[in-house]
Amino acid sequence: MKNIIVVGNGMVGYKFCEKFVAKEESKHFKVTVFGEEPRPAYDRVHLSEFFENQDAKALEMAPAEWYAENNVDLIVGERVSDIDRKNKTITTAKDREFSYDYLVLATGSSAFVPPIKGVEKEGVFVYRTIEDLEGMLAYAAKLKEKNPNAKAAVLGGGLLGLEAGKAVMDMGLEPHIVEFAPKLMPRQLDSRSSQVLQLKLESIGLNIHLSKATNQILGDTCITGMEFGEDDVLDVDMLVVSAGIRPRDELAKSCGLDIGVRGGIVVDNKMNTSDENIYAIGEIALYNQMIYGLVAPGYDMADIAVEQIIGNTEILMPADIDMSTKLKLIGVDVASFGEPFMPAAKGHSIIFENKTQHLYKRINVSLDGKSLLGGILVGDASDYSMLHQIFLNGMKIPEDPSQLILPASDGGAAFGDVMDLPDEAQICSCESVTKGQICGAIESGEATDIAGVVSCTKAGTGCGGCKPMIADLTNATLKSLGIEVKEGVCEHFDLSRQDLYKIIQVKEYATFDEVLDNHGNGGHGCELCKPLVASLMASINADTANKEYAIQDSNDRFLANIQRNGTYSVVPRIPGGEITPDKLIALGEIAKKYDLYTKVTGGVRIDLFGATLNQLPLIWKELIAYGFESGHAYGKSLRTVKTCVGSTWCRYGMDESISFGIELENRYRGIRAPHKIKGGVSGCIRECAEARGKDFGLIAVEGGWNLYVGGNGGATPRHAELLAEQIDNETVIKYLDRYLMFYMRTAKPLQRTAAWQDRLEGGMDFLKEVIIDDKLGIVEDLENEMETLVNKFECEWTQAVNDPEMMKRFNHFVNSEEDDDNLVFVPMRDQKMPEQWKK
Amino acid sequence: MEKISAFKNYIEMEEVLEKYKTTKLEDVKIWFKAAPINAFPKDGGACVKYKNLQIAVFNFKRLNRWYACQNLSPEKQEMVLSRGMIGDHNGISKVACPLHKKTFSLENGENLNGDLDPIAIYPVKIENDYVYIGFAE
Repeated sequence: MKNIIVVGNGMVGYKFCEKFVAKEESKHFKVTVFGEEPRPAYDRVHLSEFFENQDAKALEMAPAEWYAENNVDLIVGERVSDIDRKNKTITTAKDREFSYDYLVLATGSSAFVPPIKGVEKEGVFVYRTIEDLEGMLAYAAKLKEKNPNAKAAVLGGGLLGLEAGKAVMDMGLEPHIVEFAPKLMPRQLDSRSSQVLQLKLESIGLNIHLSKATNQILGDTCITGMEFGEDDVLDVDMLVVSAGIRPRDELAKSCGLDIGVRGGIVVDNKMNTSDENIYAIGEIALYNQMIYGLVAPGYDMADIAVEQIIGNTEILMPADIDMSTKLKLIGVDVASFGEPFMPAAKGHSIIFENKTQHLYKRINVSLDGKSLLGGILVGDASDYSMLHQIFLNGMKIPEDPSQLILPASDGGAAFGDVMDLPDEAQICSCESVTKGQICGAIESGEATDIAGVVSCTKAGTGCGGCKPMIADLTNATLKSLGIEVKEGVCEHFDLSRQDLYKIIQVKEYATFDEVLDNHGNGGHGCELCKPLVASLMASINADTANKEYAIQDSNDRFLANIQRNGTYSVVPRIPGGEITPDKLIALGEIAKKYDLYTKVTGGVRIDLFGATLNQLPLIWKELIAYGFESGHAYGKSLRTVKTCVGSTWCRYGMDESISFGIELENRYRGIRAPHKIKGGVSGCIRECAEARGKDFGLIAVEGGWNLYVGGNGGATPRHAELLAEQIDNETVIKYLDRYLMFYMRTAKPLQRTAAWQDRLEGGMDFLKEVIIDDKLGIVEDLENEMETLVNKFECEWTQAVNDPEMMKRFNHFVNSEEDDDNLVFVPMRDQKMPEQWKK
Repeated sequence: MEKISAFKNYIEMEEVLEKYKTTKLEDVKIWFKAAPINAFPKDGGACVKYKNLQIAVFNFKRLNRWYACQNLSPEKQEMVLSRGMIGDHNGISKVACPLHKKTFSLENGENLNGDLDPIAIYPVKIENDYVYIGFAE
């Protein structure tokens, strides 16, 4: 039994252990790993995610139990302080001694802090460990208490600096980036792409200061500012230093191993140091006179060290190391591969730049135009995986290489199929997984879906950038094996939403049980398929949610929005946002009478919160008496059509946006769709109604309306796209009827128009052909179906309060008139709110 | 001050939770006559008040079975389970909490899609078109 000691439990140190214990030969060795930090190795690449959830566990490479289960002794919180090469022992800071046969140094790097005057002041942090982040968080919270507009600067505009910029932004501080070089990410980007990135980052609120050399940090005990030159001062309350990394080679130095001029332990292609029993891997290793600050080469080094130790001495580190990277910085895609900067003598560059959309793409091709040498992508890196594969595998490129980066005119990609890649194509470069291994896992039956592929090959567990390709490969391989890729809505139906839509329409089913008994898998339904079938029957037959209320989603069942304490909020329809003073007063009186918290919603309506189940019908009886009707705020259906005042009042208005907005809201109210739908109508291109952020939006222009479709806010904001220009009111309604009905027929469950449109094969051009040119010959049906729904509209709240049988469901208890006795409200700004959740 | 009220809340929560205990058929001492069967929706639920307890009762028509459990969602301590949707997962009858769709087995109270504490389950019997819920006290 031989002893291996790993010094350093970071990502690469962990990876060494993982790869080592996977080897059959590992049973002849005992592995002990030392970490100086108080916790097991975690994913430093995704450190800024810690701010989103503050869950250190979620970042762990493996839980502490993993080490024990795999017979690895993990000793955290104990730094190795000395190496005795002669006697092959190490000593720790706690003065304990351990002997080794092989020593693996994976001590990584520490943040480099430039020797600036005042850098020791309180409020100056480095960005490296979870402890650093915790310190920053605590300090930021203190700052914000004193001054909600506190500012924080990051020193360094490189990769890590921008990550740190996101972190301070997430902490709610005004973010500033200070960079010495005249451009951001000087090591990865050329000047033009750097400018595009800068524009994009500025547009989301980062303040960027380039070509700034910091002379000193100002302030008494705490930082109050940074001084760059005379009269050139930036006031900040906190500073994060992210000016580069320094290899942690002090241990190696003290025991006399060969060290590079600027630090780092010199290693050969076996990852051997100048002592044959000592290996160095990761950011501490100086290979080819380079420190590789990326995860993928670090993992490769771990692999080589493992093979060398178990005796596979012929496996060596390649001389050329792929430094390609793709990452999301503050939500912006940035990628570079191969040779991003290339001298003109070696080849030609093809550059596509669009500053209005913050896009930059550059590829470098050989002089003969036959091969791809490298490139840079900023703003949209969706082509990265393919371009990277073409580069790595030396695949042929199109005769006109610009097709590789130009937006394809037919909406489809210029690339071939993922399945055309050679088997040895490396799909996941973090874990070195090839296409052959991914497809093989499915062909051998080891994995049957994406999750299975990920767990048995480990592909996609590093940076995650290759996940879309893994999904495509998995689905394509399953298909090639004749295995159907399931699109069923849940365990009770193998059918997709679109299939169910057709079946219910043709067979004219009227109840959930009929659909389940005839087309289900023999179960009894669930919270996924019940509301879906309810929504489909409503889309097809214009049923209101009152018809079969037990299969409705909770909100639809009680025709109100459930809030976090189980009470409901009430939103009457205010079409186009237009309301008379009398109706406004009525809302106020009702809210007062039932003691409801009142707020104007994001969709120009008034929301009354805190109504109990028992109160709902009482409130609605009064609302209906004043002429209100349901606003369907609870339904997957039309919410509002937001309008600006348009030519009715506005001196710039080109058309009557309010009147048209009201007409549209009243036309589509109550119609159930795969997800909620919002509309907007603006009277001129100033766009005060934010119509392009809606599922459908109209903007008045000279000669009619421009009609935009497929926009939304939400988690992935997206502007609506132009469907037709300068059309009259009648044509707008015609196109909208067709568009909405086509969406309702074909979208997936809970898919907004934006996501649906993105996944339409053939894209916007196809959509125009269907809606305007009637390519599929269905527009007449679409219009008729919509007309039926419009004519059948009934206010479901009016229906409910007029039917004593329906009213029964609005009682908290079936055997008592009492209300829920568990509710506690607390006062807030002259109104009330539910008590905080007890936890 | 904040700490005191947080502590108070904790105590209250513990008290509310402790009121609900799964009752086995053999331990039933009281059969509480809750409501006529037509007060409960087909394949849905409603809430019954018994002393200071709130009990969710479900009429699983497709199986011709009735289930009862605490109305209190163990996730956020709100009285909402009776308003949840019922169905099955691999043949186990379940209810989905309307707040975040946490699902619980109606057979044994277990949380099927997470690791929340189980909910308390009570026996139900139907006699002369009336729903009775069984309690130990």
